[in-house]
Amino acid sequence: MVKMLGAMLEGSLVSLEIFFLTLAFALPLALPVALGRMSASRWIRAPVHVYSLVMRGTPLILQIIFVYFAPYYLFEASYDRFTAVIVAFTINYVAYFAEIYRGGIQSIPKGQHEAAKVLGFTRADTFFRIVLPQVVKRILPASANEVITLVKDTALAQTIGVAELFRVAQNASARQFSTTPIFIAGAFYFVMNWAVSELFLRLERKLAYYS
Amino acid sequence: MDVVTVEHLSKSFGDVRVISDISFSVHQGEVLAIIGPSGSGKSTLLRAITHLEAATGGTIDICGTRILDGGVYADAAILRGALLKVGLVFQDFNLFPHFSVLRNITEAQERVLRRGKAEARDVALALLEKMGLAGKAAAYPCELSGGQKQRVSIARALALDPQVLLFDEPTSALDPELTGEILKVIRALAAEKMTMVVVTHEMGFARDVADRAMLIDAGVIVEEGPARELIDNPKNERTQAFLKRFSRGGPA
Repeated sequence: MVKMLGAMLEGSLVSLEIFFLTLAFALPLALPVALGRMSASRWIRAPVHVYSLVMRGTPLILQIIFVYFAPYYLFEASYDRFTAVIVAFTINYVAYFAEIYRGGIQSIPKGQHEAAKVLGFTRADTFFRIVLPQVVKRILPASANEVITLVKDTALAQTIGVAELFRVAQNASARQFSTTPIFIAGAFYFVMNWAVSELFLRLERKLAYYS
Repeated sequence: MDVVTVEHLSKSFGDVRVISDISFSVHQGEVLAIIGPSGSGKSTLLRAITHLEAATGGTIDICGTRILDGGVYADAAILRGALLKVGLVFQDFNLFPHFSVLRNITEAQERVLRRGKAEARDVALALLEKMGLAGKAAAYPCELSGGQKQRVSIARALALDPQVLLFDEPTSALDPELTGEILKVIRALAAEKMTMVVVTHEMGFARDVADRAMLIDAGVIVEEGPARELIDNPKNERTQAFLKRFSRGGPA
């Protein structure tokens, strides 16, 4: 039992690593992608749109497999499974976050841009000081959804043999002919997402000083 | 000296001509009222001067700088420099909701004019005092009434020391009992010889405060003249018809 819990703890650390690394890459990268999606030039807009369609239109599990095996079949180059997982999760989540950002950016009234322009703000200042702070407030609920989904999606990393929490739990379950480890894993995901929800509620409260 | 000179200005949205061949100028220290029916092109005119809409023909000069020539706007740098001399007050305020009242007024001073924090703050507080909002520096726009919001937005525009202040129906989004406080502020600015162009439906106000008035209908200037004369004794039939629809005097 202790041994099993130890293994599951290790597995949960791997899940947490996938979670935090994906967010660390995807949250900032989604911004240029969102802007690209809104670009005036169709040469930028169109490819970003295709990327977004593919990433959101095919299963993440397939993308993980593709990212890991494609370099192998194309160049006979193999690389670290964990790296492949982070790459696959990042490019997938960037597509979702970019759409959330885009919705947020486009929801800011035109009058805000006009007021900023008339006051002489540069385009960069208008975006980073006037628009973006307001976007953050508006996209918090939708982002919370996405982050919660990510916690549970980390289980897909086992597809290419990364020993994250759910894989460890399934192994333990098979060894012991018991479903207990799987329910313990379930409790872990639940607690993790409880923390995520709390965090987002707190952020929302922190930004509730204006409307 | 002319602060704003507009010549043969035109603006079309596709096939629809919203402004055709409008020419006028605004002299330093005068108040020009622009009146006319809804959809006549009054707002579009102010928006073309401030480059919020792109005019399609004519010229615009601001304090001697040509920003529109033959329907083409000047380079971004020239345009930006010239437009810093023009303030615009919107119908629906467009305050920045995430900034306090104070920061709404200091932000552009610091970022655009590169004023120091202390100076920007002093300017803002003095303007708030003048607007009768001395205690509201720390408030957020959502905590203010419409009239207070509009006064903050006037302070925000004045903080950049514009040569001319344009008002796009500054009282149209307000409850009738709140229009008075805004008109009072504009009246006070007029007494200080602030150059202003006011698009308004407040005929009594236009008559009493403006030096000149201009009636625009269907994108052309129908009649122009001293405000009192134009509103009391309109010469043009369309002006007469338009003014007849307003009960004279009105809130002012």
